[in-house]
Amino acid sequence: MSFLLLFIVIPVLTVIGIFFSKSHMQVKWTAVLGMSCQLITAGILIYLFLAARAAGNTAEILFSQDMVWYKNLNIHFFIGVDGVSVAMIGLTSIVIFAGIFASWDVTDLPREFFTSLILLSAGVFGFFISLDLFTLFLFYEIAVIPMYLLIGIWGSGPRHYSAMKLTLMLMGGSALIMLGLLGLYFNSAPNGGPLTFNLIQISKVAIPMPAQRFFFPFLFVGFGVLGALFPFHTWSPDGHASAPTAVSMLHAGVLMKLGGYGCYRVAVFLLPGAAHEMAWIFLILTTIGVIYGAFGAIWQKDLKYINAYSSVSHCALVLFAVLMMNQTAMNGAIMQMISHGIMTALFFALIGMIYGRTHTRYINEMGGLMKVMPFLGVAYVIGGLASLGLPGFSGFVAEMTIFVGSFQHNDVFHRVATIIAASSIVVTAVYILRVVGILLMGKIKNPEFNHITDAKWFDRMSVVTLILGITAIGLAPLWLSDMINNGLVPVMQRILMAGPVIH
Amino acid sequence: MLIMRHELLLIAITVILLLVEIFLPGDKKSRVITLAILLMTAVLILGFVPGPSGTLFGGMYQTTALISMLKNILNIGALIVMIQSADWLRKPENKEKISEYYILLLSTLIGMQYMLSSGDFLMFYLGLELATIPLAALAAFERFKEKSAEAGVKFIFSSALSSGILLYGLSMIYGTTGTLYFAEVGPAFTGTPLQVLGFIFFFAGMAFKISLVPFHLWTADVYEGAPVNISSYLSVVSKGAAAFILTILLFTVFSKIALMWSNVLYIIIILTITMGNLFAIRQQNLKRFLAFSSIAQAGFILLGIIGQSQYGMTTVIYFVLVYIFSNLGAFGVVSIISNRTGCETINDYDGLYRTNPRLAMMMMLSLFSLAGIPPVAGFFGKFFLFAAAANHGLYILVLIAIINTIISLYYYLLVIKAMFLNRSDRPIPKFKSDFYTSLGLILCLAGIFAVGIASTIFEAINGLSFGLY
Repeated sequence: MSFLLLFIVIPVLTVIGIFFSKSHMQVKWTAVLGMSCQLITAGILIYLFLAARAAGNTAEILFSQDMVWYKNLNIHFFIGVDGVSVAMIGLTSIVIFAGIFASWDVTDLPREFFTSLILLSAGVFGFFISLDLFTLFLFYEIAVIPMYLLIGIWGSGPRHYSAMKLTLMLMGGSALIMLGLLGLYFNSAPNGGPLTFNLIQISKVAIPMPAQRFFFPFLFVGFGVLGALFPFHTWSPDGHASAPTAVSMLHAGVLMKLGGYGCYRVAVFLLPGAAHEMAWIFLILTTIGVIYGAFGAIWQKDLKYINAYSSVSHCALVLFAVLMMNQTAMNGAIMQMISHGIMTALFFALIGMIYGRTHTRYINEMGGLMKVMPFLGVAYVIGGLASLGLPGFSGFVAEMTIFVGSFQHNDVFHRVATIIAASSIVVTAVYILRVVGILLMGKIKNPEFNHITDAKWFDRMSVVTLILGITAIGLAPLWLSDMINNGLVPVMQRILMAGPVIH
Repeated sequence: MLIMRHELLLIAITVILLLVEIFLPGDKKSRVITLAILLMTAVLILGFVPGPSGTLFGGMYQTTALISMLKNILNIGALIVMIQSADWLRKPENKEKISEYYILLLSTLIGMQYMLSSGDFLMFYLGLELATIPLAALAAFERFKEKSAEAGVKFIFSSALSSGILLYGLSMIYGTTGTLYFAEVGPAFTGTPLQVLGFIFFFAGMAFKISLVPFHLWTADVYEGAPVNISSYLSVVSKGAAAFILTILLFTVFSKIALMWSNVLYIIIILTITMGNLFAIRQQNLKRFLAFSSIAQAGFILLGIIGQSQYGMTTVIYFVLVYIFSNLGAFGVVSIISNRTGCETINDYDGLYRTNPRLAMMMMLSLFSLAGIPPVAGFFGKFFLFAAAANHGLYILVLIAIINTIISLYYYLLVIKAMFLNRSDRPIPKFKSDFYTSLGLILCLAGIFAVGIASTIFEAINGLSFGLY
């Protein structure tokens, strides 16, 4: 049995444990216990992975296990990891761990809340370890559907509307993905032989160009919807603003990465020929998305909307980097996913905590919060600085890598796109510093705010975990970047082989 | 003898029930429920015992391993419906008619099984009528209710019309080929204009039974008026049987004009799925809602037929099996709530999760299965159907169908929204389900999960559907 199965077994066991818990406290502690195990397992996985690589194991996929599921259709339950998926698993386990603590004060139907949250994370883990497109898609949908209940029941504001919009748009995306996957399946053996959903096997096959051209847009847009590809990002601000804290964290932090990862792992990796041909269309869209998201964030007054638009901008940057299709940019894309995942989770956690104390999310109504809650204030500044790409934090490493990679293209189109996208960093600085200024500095506007208290132990637990993640990547990016590069080598080989040699 | 075992067993238990009805004293009538369910369970289990294949009556009756399995699938559906009806039959106004109900239900089942086993069009037609006419009586079962009587009349009129059309088509086929035997019609069916006309009439008649657009208009009214359990029987078992026999006939008898009927199906699929879904969005009454959703599901079933392969046949059977469990799960919840409280609209379900969490959970899983959300079986069923159509290169059709699943997800989510998200001042009060309702729902739940995850079921079906196409 593969070690990786634990990533599905632990959440399932946790859910069963929650089902049999008697009190609220028991539910929460079961969730904490389960997700701590998950975090430890992820740590062990990273260690084992690095150790195996250091020992000279050069196999493309480690810890793999292949079980036949539907024999006639050649559907397998095939799991395994490479450097990139190990990194994503690490990210997920950190965010879900922090998310459990961030939702410590859920009182309405806590059992159902934690069950949905953990099922969602099980879907995400399953997605990252799957190497069979059928199971990958299955886990993708399992990850998406609990969002409806999570936002609808425990959300705020126009939560029914947002939950419906988010679910339908994401499932619409998955409809496109399903068609794309069927296309891949029926073209997976152009020279005869059994058809397959096996990702690695398909990657070794030259899919005919007409089929590639037909199916690439479906797959890229389908995953792109979840990755907030402009103009299909509109679910994101509404959804994030209405969702409860932990759900925003998990959704912006991890679930949106499923989109980026899918674009990279399925669309671009398996259909590289069409990707080379059509990249320009999507590059224009993502460049617009980067800038649009950043400017959108400037105009917003609601903290959650600000962060949601900033997520749109950052996630668009991920897709932008994936479409640049060279090793450096790809590496940057993965780094950006991880860095943004932790960073945005930190933001949403902090926003949730601030809202829980001030009962407002409008920045105009707040001010001087640094005086009454120094811990949360400092954490917010750290998150902000990471978000605008200050050296020493993860954001800098990721964005730097992306732009260095994308600037390697020496034609006008790519250069212009890069320059436009890079200018978003300035805009990001504007909205981050503006929020920090209004929110934390200055006088306390509302006298009631004098009585609010700083972070409790569970808040600190959540925040510290995430800040540790950000700084660990920022200060020592090389181990992560090496691990990712390691996973990217076979992917890049295939992409470069299929496409025209650029630069 | 053994060749006809399914039908003979059913006839035997029908006769037993009839005798029991005569000799049982009036105050012990409700024991018939237990007896009927036990007998049906025995029939279901005996049906799985492998038996010989062959033909009877000079080829008018035939059975193969595949057909036996189709009958078993229908038996499963009928058994669950019989279990789910128990609570409703115990009501004082129905107590007098318990055995009537089961006898009528079983005779329609016998009709469907004869229809599936038919070797010529005459037998096929007899089976079809036997399956249809008692259903009209069942639809009008609550005769003290105007709506129920109306449903019965509507059903008998529309099915008489459709049978007439079908018979007219069959007469043309007989006239041009000179035979009614499937085995002989097939080679003689070359697609001359009159034959094509005959086929169109035949297909229209069948489309009435499966309620495909544009022959679906009776569905919603009948489902709404008929007792809930009869609606569920109509939407699952009756529809499943008609879909099976249509698939078999299209693949064997009409295989020479496959190109033509696949073009017809192409348009009918798009119409059926889209119309069914769009109308379902507007429904408030859950029975009408499920009626339109079942119209849309019928369109999905056809996706497997248009795939024109052994694999397509497998997916049709598999999907119907999944659909039996999911739809009966949803209807089971509607039925128990309707019996206990009389509530049948979506608004009545507001806040159901807070008072009756198990029923709400069951309803959600059934609806997810109908919508095709993993990990429940509906996802697998839909995915394989789409694969069957995509295998034939019909990507555009698959895209339309997939977009329609999103529309369907929207209205299924509306029900889930009512149950989980909305709060109500007057929620449905908490009540305890009786043994049979719980048993029926647990069977559905087990089916919803097991049929998807256990790939052996799919493989067993695939193994048997070999050789048909």
